[in-house]
Amino acid sequence: MRQEWHDFETGSWTTDVNVRSFIQHNYTPYEGDDAFLVGPTKRTLKLWEKAQELMQLENQKGIIDAETSKPSTITTFGPGYLDKDNEVIVGFQTDKPLKRGIMPNGGIRVVKKALESYGYTLDKTTEEIYTKNRKTHNDGVFDAYTDAMRKARHTGIITGLPDAYGRGRIIGDYRRVALYGVDFLIEEKLHEKKLLENLTLGSPDIRLREELSEQIEALKQLKEMAASYGYDISNPAKDSFEATQWTYFAYLGAIKEQDGAAMSLGRVSTFLDIYYERDLKDGVITEEEIQELIDQFVMKLRMVRFLRTPDYNDLFSGDPTWVTESIGGMGLDGRTLVTKSSFRILHTLYNLGPAPEPNLTVLWSVFLPEPFKKYCAKVSIDTSSIQYESDDIMREVWGDDYGIACCVSAMRLGKQMQFFGARANLAKALLYAINGGKDEKSGEQVAPMFAPVTSEYLDYDEVMSKFDQTLDWLSELYINTLNVIHYMHDKYNYEKLQMALHDVEILRTEACGIAGLSVVADSLSAIKYAKVKAIRNEDGLVVDYEIEGDYPAYGNNDDKVDKIAVELVEKFMNKLRKVKTYRSAKHTLSVLTITSNVVYGKKTGSTPDGRKTGEPFAPGANPMHGRDKNGAIASMASVAKLPYKHAEDGISYTFSIVPKALGKNVDDRVKNLVGLLDGYFHSRGHHINVNVFDRETLMDAMEHPEKYPQLTIRVSGYAVNFIKLNREQQLDVIHRTFHER
Amino acid sequence: MIKPGRIHSLESFGTVDGPGIRFVVFMQGCPLRCQFCHNPDTWDVNKGNEYTSDRLFEEIIKYKSYMDYSGGGVTFTGGEPLLQAEFLLEVSKKCKSKGISVALDTSGFILNNTVKELLDYTDLVLLDIKNYDPIVYKTVTGVQLSPTLKFLDYLKEKDIATWVRYVVVPELTDNLDSIRKFSTYLDDYPNVEKIELLAFHKMGEYKWKELGIDYQLTDTKEPSKELMEQVTKILATNGKVVTSNI
Repeated sequence: MRQEWHDFETGSWTTDVNVRSFIQHNYTPYEGDDAFLVGPTKRTLKLWEKAQELMQLENQKGIIDAETSKPSTITTFGPGYLDKDNEVIVGFQTDKPLKRGIMPNGGIRVVKKALESYGYTLDKTTEEIYTKNRKTHNDGVFDAYTDAMRKARHTGIITGLPDAYGRGRIIGDYRRVALYGVDFLIEEKLHEKKLLENLTLGSPDIRLREELSEQIEALKQLKEMAASYGYDISNPAKDSFEATQWTYFAYLGAIKEQDGAAMSLGRVSTFLDIYYERDLKDGVITEEEIQELIDQFVMKLRMVRFLRTPDYNDLFSGDPTWVTESIGGMGLDGRTLVTKSSFRILHTLYNLGPAPEPNLTVLWSVFLPEPFKKYCAKVSIDTSSIQYESDDIMREVWGDDYGIACCVSAMRLGKQMQFFGARANLAKALLYAINGGKDEKSGEQVAPMFAPVTSEYLDYDEVMSKFDQTLDWLSELYINTLNVIHYMHDKYNYEKLQMALHDVEILRTEACGIAGLSVVADSLSAIKYAKVKAIRNEDGLVVDYEIEGDYPAYGNNDDKVDKIAVELVEKFMNKLRKVKTYRSAKHTLSVLTITSNVVYGKKTGSTPDGRKTGEPFAPGANPMHGRDKNGAIASMASVAKLPYKHAEDGISYTFSIVPKALGKNVDDRVKNLVGLLDGYFHSRGHHINVNVFDRETLMDAMEHPEKYPQLTIRVSGYAVNFIKLNREQQLDVIHRTFHER
Repeated sequence: MIKPGRIHSLESFGTVDGPGIRFVVFMQGCPLRCQFCHNPDTWDVNKGNEYTSDRLFEEIIKYKSYMDYSGGGVTFTGGEPLLQAEFLLEVSKKCKSKGISVALDTSGFILNNTVKELLDYTDLVLLDIKNYDPIVYKTVTGVQLSPTLKFLDYLKEKDIATWVRYVVVPELTDNLDSIRKFSTYLDDYPNVEKIELLAFHKMGEYKWKELGIDYQLTDTKEPSKELMEQVTKILATNGKVVTSNI
């Protein structure tokens, strides 16, 4: 066995790339409490002070600096430092901290626009190369888009599509670099390529051979990048520092090469814990030194930056990067995967203060050790910075070595990737159904022409049958659009380093999404249980609705309407399943909006539930604001009914509560929040963001942002610095249901 | 067939009316007219929505997992739940048969055979004693104190776990001498596990205005932390457990 692996228990991981096997053979479950945790070191504090100064400057200016000529690759930039003397973990995306690189393979116009919006000018030669000599993903997509696709994109029935920016949501198994060293990984890839030699080469094999060559090239570049910082990562990491640094190098290579919407980290804390435990046992490291490694690693993750356009910021506001780290969970053998390092990484929220990134995600199981549950609840109450997802649901589907990409998308690490598909606006689809395929805002015929509803009062069966027809059209168009996008992304903007950290045979998912679930469920409920009158304009287009009587609203744990929501998810998913996907990807669906619920609302006319034109949707799978009348649990119980098996890309729920409503004192609050999470996940809820603060705090932060540089709140699937949201989005957050009783 | 219950509202996530996560049922109707009441909309016995015991129980049972994980249960409050003791007896029997813990938040104004039977199915009583001075009690609530004290005697006799609740209102219920006597009186009640002090607040004032009733405490301030601490200290003699919400 290699000497770097001394004292490790051998297993299939020793001969094959298999990080899970390494973890299972070597990790130390921790069932104790948080008493062992320590504060930050002096070096960490000094470094963090400098980082915060830069971030404050960034808040004032928008961005601090941007590259204008050299496209970013793994090796474009030499080493960059913030404060070399105090920096334990090193490496920035460009030559300076927080300076934003450009990645024109996604699309040169987007890069140009983004630079200009911050007052920078794209270098003429670079622009020319990417206009005349080198085609981009964006060009490829628009070459192949049909008229119907362009129209759907333009009216916003399908939006947020990754056709002009990196698709992201791919997690390289960054741990492989630390465990095996790069040379071994290159050898494996060469071997895999060799196996593809003796066949009659069809286009899939040719594509794979080319991809493997790209992957090998990326691994070589990664070594070069690390060498520029003075480290040789050819061989496995031999101690705690190297394991942490090399895992970060692997991730850093990925974010130098790709600016995908979500660049998630995976599940590294329990992996790293094995190295920390070994060094502790050997007496060569202290708790302070371990916490310093984690604090500084996390600090680097907090400084990940990409260059975005203002349009993009409207959809995904607050400069998110989704450096999602999945923490905890249970193993298939019944042992908990919680280690001391699960605590340590959460503890960074105290040592460095609250922050939206990395997107700390606790994989909750009712079987987690009680002290860990309590610690998580305490951290939520103090910082509102973490989200929870059901390990009990996901473990059944994905095993015990999956990570969350972006917000709620689970994927087995190194064995699975997704074709990110943004989302379809189901509320708009309902309006198309009523208006015979015409857009309710422009009157334009977007869906194929069919008979509109002509009665004064809407009839449930008639609307449902037309809605069904509309969804048939939409699902086909949606999948085909995604097929175009991902074909071109593979061709022009292939994620060569991230894919180098995957197996050669992987599962691909076609990750579709829906927006407006609660709007549609309530609209259908209103049509069914109350009377809804259609208000038409002079062209006969239905532009508004009047409701007579009450209807059961989604969010009150009432099956009458909750069933409508459940059936809608299943129905749309089954329609999607009928349409063939690129690279035979497995269809999945998310109920997630990120902050785009505001933009979707803006683009959608009045709906039969009483929502007026332009008003925001509820985020993710949330009930509409103010319609949940029976308290917090009734609301989350409605959400928990949505079936994961028809929404395997995740179901997002955001929960906000004032501290007082959680209990009378700190102990009660912790205990009740643990009970709430156990109850929710026991009832098969999939995801929950937990915010604990008073509405007044947010209102004060709107008026005096300078007082709240670190105020962090959870929105749909990620966390955001509240003061970085635009005013409209801030108001949306404030107006949402806060459970106050 | 017993009469359906009249219910003001339901709260699925109660955390301040008993231990753990509580499903809280606000019963409609109350014989008291407390000056500091924050739910005057629950007074009128004719308002609210009708529920059969089955329908209410179906609502409650939906939340059992949350109760189990947090050590919670169901709490009947109001209004005065004892006005509908027969209905609650039906519901409580069903709850107990499914292992749901039942708490009753009451002024203890009514004690008849039905109430006594209901108490057999009650795990915890949150007994609101608005004042220990009979004259002040009458001023605050409009009714006599003695039934409440008799109720407490009965709880002692049956050894039913009890949390005494006391609302601290400056210049109304902060009569410290009486509180001292109250403290001594409670020493003889081993079934009282805890005394909960609740600071007066005016969050219900708007409801009085909506109902067109004259609110007498408009100029009354919320109690200071010092006052709450002082009352806590008095009641905490001889090892009694006292909590305060500020």
